[in-house]
Amino acid sequence: MTMSQSAGGGGRRPFFRRRKSCPLSGLGAPKIDYKDLKLLQRFVSERGKMVPSRITAVCAKKQRELSQAIKRARHLSLLPYAID
Amino acid sequence: MPLYETVFLVRPDVSGQQVDGLSEAFSEIVRSQQGSVTKVENWGLKSLSYRIRKSRKAHYVLLNVDASPAALLELERNLRINEDVLRYMTIRVEAHEPGPSAMMQSRASRDERRRERGDRLRDEEPFGGGEGRGPRPPVADSVATTPAATGERP
Repeated sequence: MTMSQSAGGGGRRPFFRRRKSCPLSGLGAPKIDYKDLKLLQRFVSERGKMVPSRITAVCAKKQRELSQAIKRARHLSLLPYAID
Repeated sequence: MPLYETVFLVRPDVSGQQVDGLSEAFSEIVRSQQGSVTKVENWGLKSLSYRIRKSRKAHYVLLNVDASPAALLELERNLRINEDVLRYMTIRVEAHEPGPSAMMQSRASRDERRRERGDRLRDEEPFGGGEGRGPRPPVADSVATTPAATGERP
């Protein structure tokens, strides 16, 4: 298939989306750390919930690390448990 | 000896110097147990994401500790006893990160941006509870009724 088909959403497979790669693995990827709020906030919804990896494309291994880091940050009140 | 990172939160009505005194006291406990504290990082007064013991803000301090498990136990026991400590967390790490942690780096870049914006700095820190600020000048009603101004301070 060609790029124009997937980008335009037309063609034979209208819901084809390019498989994204994990933003936390590979060279130059940021290290997951409970102190790095800027990084963690990218993977938390506006209500403070963790975003599922099927949406953020984080690989399973990194998602486990990420969830640990988010929970640590929550314990220290750096991130909220819930916003409402 | 294993390496640990300990972060603890101190009540906001404790002054900055007292926080430094506390972190020195806790470091001394580790040293008295043949351990060493390789780094003490004061993150300053930060707002909490939720209230802890009715506080909305707290002083954050990070200690990088190289000590035996027994020394850590003693440190944590003292953190629990101290009433100024709102919360603490210790994790074991494979290696201590060299240089300032991610928290200090983000603070540094934020401070730079503030300096660029110049006088915005004054508008952004009115609720810090810092010393040496006189009474606030009278403000318009709309400002006075914002949640921050009606605050929780007893």
